[in-house]
Amino acid sequence: MLQATKPLIELRDATKRFPKNGGGIHTAIRNVNLSVAPGEFVAVVGPTGCGKSTTLSLISGLAPASEGQTFVRDQVVSGIPQGVGYMFQTDATLPWQSVLDNVASGPRYQGESKDDAREKARGWLKRVGLERFESYYPHQLSGGMRKRVALAQTLVNEPEIMLMDEPFSALDVQTRQLMQAELLRLWSGTNAAVVFVTHDLEEAIALADRVVVMTASPATIKAEFPVNLERPRDVEEVRLTPEFLAIYRNVWNSLREEVEQARTATSLAG
Amino acid sequence: MSLSTTSATASPVGGLSKAREKELLAGARRSQRNTTAKIWGLRALIVALWLGSWQLTATYIIDPFFYSRPSDIWLRLVQWFGTGTQFGTIWENLGFTVLEAVLGFVIGTVAGIVLGVLLGRSRFLAEVFSPFIKAANAVPRIVLAALFIIWFGFGMSSKVATVVVLVFFAVFFNAFTGAREVDGNVVNNARILGASKRRILTSIVLPSATTWILSSLHTAFGFALIGAIVGEYAGAKKGMGMLIANAQGTFDSAGIYAGMIIVTVVALLAELLITQAENKLLKWRPSQAATHTTGI
Repeated sequence: MLQATKPLIELRDATKRFPKNGGGIHTAIRNVNLSVAPGEFVAVVGPTGCGKSTTLSLISGLAPASEGQTFVRDQVVSGIPQGVGYMFQTDATLPWQSVLDNVASGPRYQGESKDDAREKARGWLKRVGLERFESYYPHQLSGGMRKRVALAQTLVNEPEIMLMDEPFSALDVQTRQLMQAELLRLWSGTNAAVVFVTHDLEEAIALADRVVVMTASPATIKAEFPVNLERPRDVEEVRLTPEFLAIYRNVWNSLREEVEQARTATSLAG
Repeated sequence: MSLSTTSATASPVGGLSKAREKELLAGARRSQRNTTAKIWGLRALIVALWLGSWQLTATYIIDPFFYSRPSDIWLRLVQWFGTGTQFGTIWENLGFTVLEAVLGFVIGTVAGIVLGVLLGRSRFLAEVFSPFIKAANAVPRIVLAALFIIWFGFGMSSKVATVVVLVFFAVFFNAFTGAREVDGNVVNNARILGASKRRILTSIVLPSATTWILSSLHTAFGFALIGAIVGEYAGAKKGMGMLIANAQGTFDSAGIYAGMIIVTVVALLAELLITQAENKLLKWRPSQAATHTTGI
């Protein structure tokens, strides 16, 4: 299936630069080449602060590339492409709206009537296990529940591409594993391609079909590793299998240098 | 956290029997009532001491002609509300002042919100207009009341204009900050979900600036009353400011106090209304009371 289909997302020599505070130019990513097939789950790992999130913002169309191009469905990205969902690292829910209306906001923005949007939102709240909390405000929920809201809010638009920027990094370990399992369960029912950015290598391997390692800043793609673990996966059990550990060792060998390099760079700067 | 409280009432938790739980809750309520009674008692005592000492000193030590005294002020209030002032009934004068304040308040608030949000969302426009706004804000605007009388005459419009310039800046700066401080993450999220520019403005920018705008309305209505009264003081045919100015002209210190008290009561009532509107609009906010409860 993979070899025949055309890539859904493609970055060609994409470079993104930002003006630095106090003059100069900061290159966040340089010459990134990446392609993602429809329905594929790709995890991007790299040292903290290396520009992984920038890659996502290029694909989402929130920020255009400085050089090179981004394609979604063979179209150059300018503006936000159709069928993209984005889960941010921090909460992006509206605090003055109930859980139900937060989830319904996607369909509402797309022009659906309030009732239809709420009907859809209810369906997704049920799927993420929050049907009893639809009238709560976000601040009344725990961190894990808020992530479920964000997940439902992203999925309700039935995106073909899901961009996830360290969505579970703020959660405690147990909740994080629970959410990873939830994500896999919900994703398996869709045919969405996922680009999942994380600095947690275990999370990357447990979830993805392919792990992409990025270098220290300015980041580019260093290596890619296929993850041939069977699906459906049990995110907790799979970590203990020898196959998982073999992949982990391989990827970590590649990632370690970058993490060390990033550390020396920040300790020099600091 | 707050979710667990819903299930806590269903069954005896932590080995508490129903009767014991009732007893504890009753005790907590009793101590709460005691505190409230104490607070009100002390407040009443402070007012009694203040008015009593004033009455005594003004009767025996200082000249009540200049300083007046509570009983005289009370009589003046009774006279105003009973037989009326020499410029028509008190309700007519008060209605004039309140109408000016409310009209100016509404116009000033709307203008402040529109311009504040507009400049708050456009860095370019904010950059262009910021020196003008800073300069306009530095002008002692209360002096404009005199100018507005020359422009618009002794009628209501000159007072409304004074109120507008006072209210506008109070609201403008908060609306500006509120619109500028909108969480970029939330806006990006809405854009990804398919929100148009207009929808981002109406469904995200305005609601999140509302907290800021509402908090400015408290001071803004105070300014509105001040503007109306100063405007009337500068020259008018009716209104509380005119009554106070007239009392000053006739050395009627009790009249000045009486006018002051009436305006204060109006300001407190308006404050109450604004607080209620605020609580209604901001009911989504985490309640302060919940975080301050003490253990039993």
